[in-house]
Amino acid sequence: MTTIAPSIAKTAQPKTAAGRVRKRLSGRVASLVAVVIALLWTTPTFGLFLSSFRPEDDIKQTGWWTFFTNPQLTLENYREVLFGSSSSSGRLASFLINSVVITIPSVLFPLALATFAAYALSWTRFRGRDWVYIGIFALQVVPLQMALVPLLSFFSQGVEVFGITLMPAWNLEGSAQFIQVWFAHTCFALPLGVFLIHNFMSELPGELMEAARVDGATHGTILRKVVLPLVAPALAAFGIFQFLWVWNDLLVALIFSGGTAETAPMTVRLAQMAGTRGNEWQRLTSGAFVSMIIPLIVFLSMQRYFVRGLLAGSVKG
Amino acid sequence: MDFFFDFAAEAPKLIQLLIGVVAFLAFVGLMLLLLDRAPMKERSWGHSLLLLGPALVLLTIGLVVPGIRTTMLSFMSGDSSQFVGFDNYAWMFTQPEAITVLRNTLIWVLLVPLLVTAIGLVYAVVVDKSRFESIAKSLVFLPMAISFVGAGIIWRFVYAYRPEEADQIGLLNQFVVWLGGEPQQWLQSAPTNTLFLIVVMVWIQAGFATVVLSAAIKGIPAEIVEAARLDGATPLQMFFRVTLPSIRPALVVVLVTQSIGTLKLFDIVRTMTGGQFDTSVIANEMYNQAFRYGEAGKGAALAVFLFVLVTPIVVYQIRSLRQRREA
Repeated sequence: MTTIAPSIAKTAQPKTAAGRVRKRLSGRVASLVAVVIALLWTTPTFGLFLSSFRPEDDIKQTGWWTFFTNPQLTLENYREVLFGSSSSSGRLASFLINSVVITIPSVLFPLALATFAAYALSWTRFRGRDWVYIGIFALQVVPLQMALVPLLSFFSQGVEVFGITLMPAWNLEGSAQFIQVWFAHTCFALPLGVFLIHNFMSELPGELMEAARVDGATHGTILRKVVLPLVAPALAAFGIFQFLWVWNDLLVALIFSGGTAETAPMTVRLAQMAGTRGNEWQRLTSGAFVSMIIPLIVFLSMQRYFVRGLLAGSVKG
Repeated sequence: MDFFFDFAAEAPKLIQLLIGVVAFLAFVGLMLLLLDRAPMKERSWGHSLLLLGPALVLLTIGLVVPGIRTTMLSFMSGDSSQFVGFDNYAWMFTQPEAITVLRNTLIWVLLVPLLVTAIGLVYAVVVDKSRFESIAKSLVFLPMAISFVGAGIIWRFVYAYRPEEADQIGLLNQFVVWLGGEPQQWLQSAPTNTLFLIVVMVWIQAGFATVVLSAAIKGIPAEIVEAARLDGATPLQMFFRVTLPSIRPALVVVLVTQSIGTLKLFDIVRTMTGGQFDTSVIANEMYNQAFRYGEAGKGAALAVFLFVLVTPIVVYQIRSLRQRREA
C-alpha cells in the first residue's frame, strides 16, 4: 500500500489507463499483504503440527520442511507423550484428565454463582444495591497476582484472628486438591461473570418480571422460566470464555494444583517439559497439539459465541 | 517400548469430578428450592441475601481480603515477620535486577499494543470484502484458542538453534542460513531476546484486534464511504481520513485491553525463557520472588505495583464502555 502515492483522482471510476493500473496495483499490494500475514500466522503452527508426526530422529536432525522431500510419518510421538512409561515421557494422558477435571466445575460454579448474583442485582430490590454492584464491578481491577499468596495460605493455614481459629487448614490431599483449584478459579471469575451477565440481564423488560410476579411466580420460577432462556447467549459467551481461560491457564494451576500427575493440568506439564526437556521436540510438538485440540474444536464449532466471549472478557486477568 | 496407563490412578480423579458436579447440582437445586419456598414480597432482604451471599463470600475470601493482605505483606520482610517500611519498593526501583524487570515490562507494554493494533488493522483492511474474508480472519484468529504455553512451544520451535555445521530445525535460523548468515541463539542474547518474545504475544493477539477492528470497519455508514469515493479519495486518503477516524473507539478498546493483558503477562516468559537472560517481566518476577525464592515481601510489592499500573487503564476502559452504552 505504501507504494501508491497519494494523488487525487477526480472521478470515482478511474477513466485513464494510469488510474486503472493504480487501482489494480493497490488491489495486488493489498492481496500480497494479506497473504504474507496469513502465512506468517499459520506457518509456525503448521510446522509444529507436521513435526509432531515425524519420527524422533528426523525432528531432531532436519527441519520440518524437509518432510516434503522425505515424507515419513508416525504416531509414535503421540503414543509416547500420552502413555509412555519412562519418567521422561510426558504421561500427558493423566494430565489431560486433570485438565478436564479442573475445567468442568471451574466453569459451572462461576456460571451459577454469577447468574444468581446478577439476578439479585437486577431484579430484587434492597438498599445499597448499586453500591454492591459497583463494588463487585470494581474488583475487576485486582490482578490475580494480588490474591495468590494470601489465598494459598488461606488453604494451607486456615483463618485465625487474634489467636482464635475461625477456620482450620483445609489440608487437602490427593484428588481433593482439585477443590482448591476450583475454588480459586471460581473466585477469580466472579467479577467479570457478574458484570457480563448483569449487563445482559438488567436490559430485560421489567414488564415481563412484573407479569410473572402478578401470576404468583416466585423468584425461583422467574429465574428458571423467564430469565434463563433469555440470557442464554450471555451465559454461553461467558461459559466459553471461562472454559478457555481455565483450560489454558498456567499461573493459577502452578500455585494451587501442586505439580504432579495427581492434579496438575496439561499446561503445567508442558511448561515443565519445555523447561527441563527443551530439546525433546518429539514430545513437545505432540504434547502441545494434544493440549490445543479441545480448545480448537470448541473454537471451530462455536466461533460466534467464542468471539463474543473473548471480546467481553478481554479485561480479565 | 511399553505403554502405561494406570486406570486405578485415574479413578479417584473422576470420582472427584463427579463429586464436584453433584455438589454443583445440589447447590443450584437447593438455591432454587429456597427461592421457591420463600414468600414473594416487594422488598425482602432474604431473597437478595440468598442470591448474592455465595458470590459475596467467595469474592471476600478470594479477592478482597487477599488484596488487603498482599498490600500489607508488601511492607514486610521476606518471611513476613518484620515490618520493613518501603524497603521492598526501594529494592524494586534501585536494584539492577529489578530495574531490568521494569525496563522489560515497559518495552512490552509500549510495543505489544501498538504492533497488535497496527497488524490487526492492516489485516482487517486488506481482507475486508475480499472473497476469502471469513476464512482469512479465522486463520489469524486461531492462535487465540491456543494456550500461551502452547504458543510458547510453537515459537521456541521456530527459534530453535543448531550449531552452524548441523542442519537447522528452526525456521528462523534456516532462513538466516539460506540468506548466508550464521544461526543465532535468539532467546539468549539480551536485549533483543525480549523482542523475540514480544513477537509471540503479537502473534497470539493480532487476531483479536483483527476481529474487533473488522467489525468496526463494517460499521462505518455506507454513505460516508460513498461520499468520500465520489469526492475522488484515493485508497490511502480513504484509510487515513475516513476509516481511521470512524473506528477510533474500537482502536481504543484494542489498545487498552492489550495494555492490560501485556502488563499481567506471565506464561510466555515462563515457558520460553523462564525469565532468564534478562527477559523477566513483573508478573514472572512476582511469581519467582513469592513462590521460588521465598521473598513474599518483594513479590507482594511487585503485585501491588502491577495493581497500581493496571488500575488507571481499567478505570479508563470502564468509563469509555459506559459512555458508549449511554450514547
